[in-house]
Amino acid sequence: MAEAVEAVDSVDSVVDKLPVIDVRDAVKRYGVGDASIFALNGVSLSIEAGEYVAIMGPSGSGKSTLMNILGALDNMTSGEYFLDGIEISSMDEIHLSIVRGRKIGFIFQSFNLIPRTTAIANVELPMAYQGVKAKERRARAMVALDVVGLGDRINHEPTELSGGQQQRVAVARALVTRPALLLADEPTGALDSKSTGDLLDLFDQINAAGRTVVVITHELDVAHRAKRIIRMRDGKIVSDELNKQRVA
Amino acid sequence: MSVLEIVRFAIRGLFTNRLRTFLTVLGITIGVASVIILLAVGNGSSKAIQASLDRLGTNSLQVRSGGGGFGPRARASVSSQKPLTILDAAALMDKSQAPDILQVAPIASTNGTCVVGANTSSPSTFYGTWPAYYKASNTSIQSGSYFTNDDVTQSRRVALIGQTTATALFGTTSPIGQTMRCSGIEFTVIGLTTVKGASGFQDGDSLVLIPITTMENTITGNQPLSSIIVEATNSKTTDAAQTELTAILDARHGISGRKTADFSVFNQASLLTTASTSSQTFTTLLGMVAAISLLVGGIGITNIMLVTVIERTREIGIRKAIGAPKGAILSQFLIEATILSVLGGALGVVVGFVGSHFTIAGTKPVIVPASVFLAFGVSILIGVFFGGYPASRAASLRPIEALRYE
Repeated sequence: MAEAVEAVDSVDSVVDKLPVIDVRDAVKRYGVGDASIFALNGVSLSIEAGEYVAIMGPSGSGKSTLMNILGALDNMTSGEYFLDGIEISSMDEIHLSIVRGRKIGFIFQSFNLIPRTTAIANVELPMAYQGVKAKERRARAMVALDVVGLGDRINHEPTELSGGQQQRVAVARALVTRPALLLADEPTGALDSKSTGDLLDLFDQINAAGRTVVVITHELDVAHRAKRIIRMRDGKIVSDELNKQRVA
Repeated sequence: MSVLEIVRFAIRGLFTNRLRTFLTVLGITIGVASVIILLAVGNGSSKAIQASLDRLGTNSLQVRSGGGGFGPRARASVSSQKPLTILDAAALMDKSQAPDILQVAPIASTNGTCVVGANTSSPSTFYGTWPAYYKASNTSIQSGSYFTNDDVTQSRRVALIGQTTATALFGTTSPIGQTMRCSGIEFTVIGLTTVKGASGFQDGDSLVLIPITTMENTITGNQPLSSIIVEATNSKTTDAAQTELTAILDARHGISGRKTADFSVFNQASLLTTASTSSQTFTTLLGMVAAISLLVGGIGITNIMLVTVIERTREIGIRKAIGAPKGAILSQFLIEATILSVLGGALGVVVGFVGSHFTIAGTKPVIVPASVFLAFGVSILIGVFFGGYPASRAASLRPIEALRYE
C-alpha cells in the first residue's frame, strides 16, 4: 500500500510545535493469560497542533482501539497519554468527562446523534453539559450548523435528515465546543461519494482554520486528503509518513 | 450544569418517548388505584356488616321455645315442654331478679292475609307485641304514630304496617287512618314503619304489627309466644342479662339438674363477634389481593424502568462521549423516574378516590387512608429505585462500553 502514498517524508524533521497528542508505549490487552489479545501492543505517537492525520489499517489492526483511547472513551492497559499537555491515562472519571467535553470533538461512523431530538438540540448538548447559558448556546449552535451548511435544517430530527446531513450535524456538535482535537472514526463509512466529498471538504476547512484533525479510515482517497498518514497492523504502527501531495 | 437544566432534560426525555411515558404512568396508576379501591371495598363491606349489626341492636337477646340444638335429645323433651307465655315475659321484667334487663317484648306471630278491597297482601312478618318491641328491634315509624301500652291494655284493633305491605294494600295513597282486614278482623292503620330493607331473604318491610292482646283475643287465642325479645341495659350487660333470664325461666319452667332446657337464648353480641371475625377475614383477604396487585404493579414498573434504561444505554454512551458527567446522567434518569412515579401515583390516587365513589359488588367502598400513603409511597420507591439503579450502572460504564451496547 506504501506505493499509493506517492510523497513520502520523515515526520521528525517537520515537527517543532507543542504536541496535542503524546502517546507513549500504549498497550491495550483484552482477556488474561494465554487467551489474551493485544489490540494495541506498544504504540507511541505524537501529533502536533494543526496537523491533519489519517490512521489507516486493516480491521483488527487496533486503529479503532487507538482512536477510542485518544478520545478518552476507553482506558489502556498500560502506557501514558498526554492530551494538550494533560495526562489522561491516570485521570478519574469526573475529570475525564470534562476533558471529553472541552478538549475533544468526536465523530462516529454511525453519527451517534441523540434520537428524536432536533439538530440544534443535539449541537447544543455538549455545551449544556459544560454549563454554557441557553442564549449563548443557541447562538453558537446556530453558527456551527451554518458552518456545516445546515442553517435551514436546525429543527429537523435525525430521522428527517440524510446520512450526509446527520454526519454534518455530528461535525457541528463536535466543533461547537471549540475542542483542541477533532477525532473522526470512519466518518465516511456510512456515506455516499457525494456526501463523502462534502464532508472531506469540511475537514479541509476545519484544518485550514488551525484545528487538529485525526481521521481513522480504510479508504485510500479519504486518507489522501490528510497531511500525514499512519499505518497500523497487529496493534503496532508500521509506517508514519507525510503526504507529499498535501504538504508542500 | 444547573439542576433546572437537568430537569428540562428529564422532561424532554419523557416527551420524546410519549408512548413509553404513557404506558409507565398507566401501569403505576392501575397498581395504586387497585390497591386503594380493593382495600376500600374490604373496609366498606366490613363497615356495612358493622352497621347492619348495629341496626339489629347488639343489646338484644332473643328467647325462643325449644331446647338449643337438634337431634333425639331435643325431640325427646317435647312432651314435657312448657311454652313461652306472656307471664314469662312479665316475669323477666322483675327488676330485683333481673337488674340488667331494660325491657322485654313478647312476640306472638301468625300467618295471615290482609285485604283492602281487591288488594291482598300476606305479610312475611305478622306480629303481636307491645311497645317495648320498638326499641328492642330498632323499629321506628316514618309517619303516623305508634300503638301505646293503652292500646295493648284495651286490646284495640290498630296496626303498624311496613312499606311493602302499605304499597300492596293502598298503592300510593297514605295508609294512615285507613282500615284493612287481616285474618278476618278489621284494623285501623295508625303508623307506617321506616324502611328497613331486606335482611337475607326476608323483606323487612313486609310487616304488620298489632297489640299482642288484640292478636290473642281475636286471631290466635291463647297460643304460645313465638319468642321474647329482651333488651339488656347496655351492650356490656348482655351476658349478665342472659344469665338472669335463664335463671328466671329455669325456675318458672322447672328446669334443674339433668333436665334439658325447653327454651333457648340467642345472643346478638355473640352473633356480632362471629360476623366481625368473618368481616376481618374478608378484609384480610382483600388486603392480600391488594398487596399482590401492588407487587405485580411494582414488577411492571421495575420492568419498564429496566427496559427504558437498557434501551437508552447507547444514548447514555453518546452523552458521555460528548462530555456528560456521570452525575448529570444519573440525575436526569432519576428525575425522569421520579416524575413518572409521582405522576402515576397521583393519578392512581385520583382514580382510586373516584372509583371509590361507585358501589362495587353491592358494597359502598370506604377508603382506608393508610392504603393511599402505602400505595403511593411504594410505587414511588419502586419507580425511583428501579429507575435509578440501572441508570447508575449504565452511567458508570466507560463510554465505549455503553456505545457498543445494542
